[in-house]
Amino acid sequence: MNTITTLEELLAHAHALESEAVERYEEMAEQMEVHNNPELAELFHKMAAVERKHVDKVEHLAGDNPLLRLAPWEYRWQTQEAPESVPVGHSHYRLTPYHALSLMIACEERAQAFFAEVARATPDSTLRTMAAQMAEEETHHAELLRQWRSRYPEPEPGWEVDLDEPVSQE
Amino acid sequence: MGKPEVITPKHTAKDYKSAVKPVWCPGCGHFGVQSALFRALAYLDLPPQQVAVISGIGCSSRLPNYTACYGFHGVHGRALAVATGLKLARPELTVLTVGGDGDGFSIGGNHFLHACRRNVDMTYIVMDNEVYGMTKGQPSPTTPPDWDSKIAPGGTGINPFLPLAVALASGANFIARGYAGDPNDVARMLVEAIRHPGFSFVQVLSQCITYRPEEKEWKHSVHASPEEPATTMVAAAQRLVGEDSLTTGVLYKGERLSYTAHIHPVQRSLAEIEESFVL
Ligand SMILES: Cc1ncc(C[n+]2csc(CCOP(=O)(O)OP(=O)(O)O)c2C)c(N)n1
Repeated sequence: MNTITTLEELLAHAHALESEAVERYEEMAEQMEVHNNPELAELFHKMAAVERKHVDKVEHLAGDNPLLRLAPWEYRWQTQEAPESVPVGHSHYRLTPYHALSLMIACEERAQAFFAEVARATPDSTLRTMAAQMAEEETHHAELLRQWRSRYPEPEPGWEVDLDEPVSQE
Repeated sequence: MGKPEVITPKHTAKDYKSAVKPVWCPGCGHFGVQSALFRALAYLDLPPQQVAVISGIGCSSRLPNYTACYGFHGVHGRALAVATGLKLARPELTVLTVGGDGDGFSIGGNHFLHACRRNVDMTYIVMDNEVYGMTKGQPSPTTPPDWDSKIAPGGTGINPFLPLAVALASGANFIARGYAGDPNDVARMLVEAIRHPGFSFVQVLSQCITYRPEEKEWKHSVHASPEEPATTMVAAAQRLVGEDSLTTGVLYKGERLSYTAHIHPVQRSLAEIEESFVL
């Protein structure tokens, strides 16, 4: 169900979607730093920086109009969290670049589906045009990420197995 | 569905995050609880210095270190005792207690009962992964009896504790259950819990991906209650006893008056008090 009816609401959603993506990628970068996976830490920082540019872009689109903030549970996502955030529980300390890029592609695909649905459901032509444009951009991002991922081989099953037991802390 | 609620807080979730990087395993549900908490505090627009996050020991109990609020990482199982003292001494603070099922229901079980009974105005968040995460996967009071592990081959065979029913019977004034994979929904519950007077208890199912990887399936099995919160103990008891432990939502909102300290004006000067300590 989608009830985004105004341009302000669409921009509010786009802004939250990109800002929360930045936060989640930064969180995952920190996780990888803590768990000694520097290659992935760098990749997630890089992606956070890309998403930050998308936040700026939405702010630019809003111009002088203040961006609305909604209560966290009031956003009309079709998913539990904002669609461009990697869901809690999908991270792992032994992730490879192939996995990370797959998670990122899935984020762009969910964002695409979200904007496409807004465009499909609205009778307002200005809203439809902007939402369709946003959906198209997400398609493009997913495509770029797919090209990036193609440089890495798909990891063998069992990639997450660690023969060292976890350490007890306290 | 009506118009979404527009908010204008000065704070954002980031304002509550400290510079300390969590040591939780990537994929741990506790990250979802942390996100939910920061979103709830930003929604309530509470300055970080007006909030105190108190904990015991466990992976979950590390949360105070990761917040920019005041925090106290205390002794295993004793978080509620510390929090009670703090709230009575500094009633203007928003006091939150956080921890795990081991911390809150095993070693801290007695404090849990009496914190519910006292009904001091604070919120207790239990990040329940149905295992002792920090000490390498021992069964906890909420672990299913047939959970097979190296440390309890074939399972413990012991019935799990029902934290929500126990909280109700002991006098908690607000009872909710959330799921860490849905931080926005947990944020909504935390906002209600913090606003509700008295002792509010929020159990958050928070998967341990290291010792209980099967908990990843929670995302398919948790389901939101279609009902409004119960408002009487009888209605709540019918709801909480015999339920499947995977129903999320605010399940009970009571009307008990919260306990406040009866602070008497200081009768004696500091010098007199000091004198009484001199043998
Ligand atoms: C007095 C005392 N007894 C035992 C311990 C060992 N200990 C540390 S954490 C813990 C249990 C943690 O489990 P839980 O509270 O469920 O938190 P989680 O790590 O799963 O988040 C135990 C038994 C301790 N630190 N202090």
